[in-house]
Amino acid sequence: MTSRSGHENALDIAGLGLAVGSGENAVPLLSGVSVRVGRGETVGLVGESGSGKSLTARSALGMLPAGARTEGRVTVAGVDVLSAGRGELRDLRRTRASMIFQDPRASLNPVRRIGDYLTEGLRARGERPRAAGERALDLLEQVGIRDPRAAVRRFPHEFSGGMLQRVVIAGALSTEPELLLADEPTTALDVTTQAEVVALLKDLQRAHGTGMLFVTHDLDLAAAICDRVYVMYAGRIVEESAGAALFGSPAHPYTRALLEASPSVHGDRAVIRAIAGHPRSLADAPAGCAFRDRCPQAAGDCAETVPGLGSHGPSLVACLHPEGAAS
Amino acid sequence: MSEPVLSVKSLVKTFGSVTAVDDVSFDLMPGASLGIVGESGSGKTTTARILAGLERPTSGTVTLDGRPAASRGRRARLRQAGLLQMIFQDPYGSFDPRRTVAQSVEEPLRLHSGGSARDRAARVAELLDQVGLSARAGDSLPRDLSGGQRQRAAIARALGIRPRVLVLDESVAALDVSIQAQILTLLDELRRASGISYVFVSHDLAVVRYITDTAIVMRHGRVVERGETERILRHPRHPYTRLLLDSIPSPGWDPGRVAGDRRALDA
Repeated sequence: MTSRSGHENALDIAGLGLAVGSGENAVPLLSGVSVRVGRGETVGLVGESGSGKSLTARSALGMLPAGARTEGRVTVAGVDVLSAGRGELRDLRRTRASMIFQDPRASLNPVRRIGDYLTEGLRARGERPRAAGERALDLLEQVGIRDPRAAVRRFPHEFSGGMLQRVVIAGALSTEPELLLADEPTTALDVTTQAEVVALLKDLQRAHGTGMLFVTHDLDLAAAICDRVYVMYAGRIVEESAGAALFGSPAHPYTRALLEASPSVHGDRAVIRAIAGHPRSLADAPAGCAFRDRCPQAAGDCAETVPGLGSHGPSLVACLHPEGAAS
Repeated sequence: MSEPVLSVKSLVKTFGSVTAVDDVSFDLMPGASLGIVGESGSGKTTTARILAGLERPTSGTVTLDGRPAASRGRRARLRQAGLLQMIFQDPYGSFDPRRTVAQSVEEPLRLHSGGSARDRAARVAELLDQVGLSARAGDSLPRDLSGGQRQRAAIARALGIRPRVLVLDESVAALDVSIQAQILTLLDELRRASGISYVFVSHDLAVVRYITDTAIVMRHGRVVERGETERILRHPRHPYTRLLLDSIPSPGWDPGRVAGDRRALDA
């Protein structure tokens, strides 16, 4: 395989802002989003509906909403995505970065065989059909599909959701990408199947040194499998911390509120505390800190400025009054 | 000793050669909350649909408030609906898109209790208030509400005719964490205030722990474990229950080991 050294990050999003429409009707979607994924690193992107987590992940492949205006930089494996042309983007998606989604059925053509799907990317890269076919069998074996020779001749509807997600993962890794974007890849699966798919992703990632951006609404899952986690709220990053530290010392009031709102099977049965109101998107968030109208710690100054990320213990947090500060 | 409000005995449901529900029995006491836990294909949703009269069991009985539940005949169905209501994962599919939420909440009142239009309007206002919806939300169409608000509306509509049992099938599964907590605390308060009973169908053990007292764990149509929810979670007896618990991510989680355990159980 080709080695592409020379850049240490699989993904580097720096100060990404995104808006659609113009003038009076402009709708902001993301603001000042910075996300980094090192080679071989697993990074979580956590948030509720409308937080912008999927948009952020998609921006890495240059998949932006129609008519979007951007600021900042998105660099994937050394390629400047936002200024890349069509050909360059196609090359990027074909060889250096892959994405898997929540519903594997939506990413496969239902009337084409699994074998066609798996060899498509390889043949597009100029590999001979026979070699591509061999590689497809090899990939299916790697993701734990029994009897790959029979599997390549089957259609998507002949697989269960968990098995099909394996096939999609095989396809995503067929080109040995440097970056894998996984957008809620286990949300539609049963809990025991989720463990299998996560184990598989982690194994393959380790074997190939792929950087993975794992987008999820599930804090427990992110904390358990990610080296670092970013928490998003209303189109901005509000906290960045080590995966394991997320539970021990949540720094942002939103992160803490999310943990308190989640029932848990561990420890003593605890009361859960709901967060008032509903998750906001950037466009309908209040001025200043977007979380302030739902925040138990909000003070007058929270309305004045959008807090930037600053260090707080082991984490980075965008809050004027983070947990643990003298109150 | 009071009588169970809902009693299920030896329920079996087959679809062709597939047995979806295989000899399921349980009792639900007034004011109690029972969890049905399982993954896809466990038969938990089919069981719930039989309770609501949406499927007819192949054999076995469902007894509601001392009388056998029958799915035949308008009168019997009306009585059954008055005693037991169901709430689904996506309430969007169960609201008429052209009617306001208040109109949809009013409809079962007209069917079941009659009364004057003014009485019904007062009851609708009371119900919306009870589930935390504003009058403005009541005047909205379902599509203009958020997922959490629609689920509140579904609860208001189900509660209107004061049923004894609410069957909730993955009713908070599609909601954001912060909204899910709002609905769970609402359900908890309603049960304490009214003495209504819940059958809470879910794949999520943490949610089941919060909202139920007892639970059954289903796999391949059968009940593999039953008991107090807290006991099941702390001292699971069946390997499948243990697998479900181990599948929940936590610090130091080893998905590879969980995957191995699952293969061993399937073998």
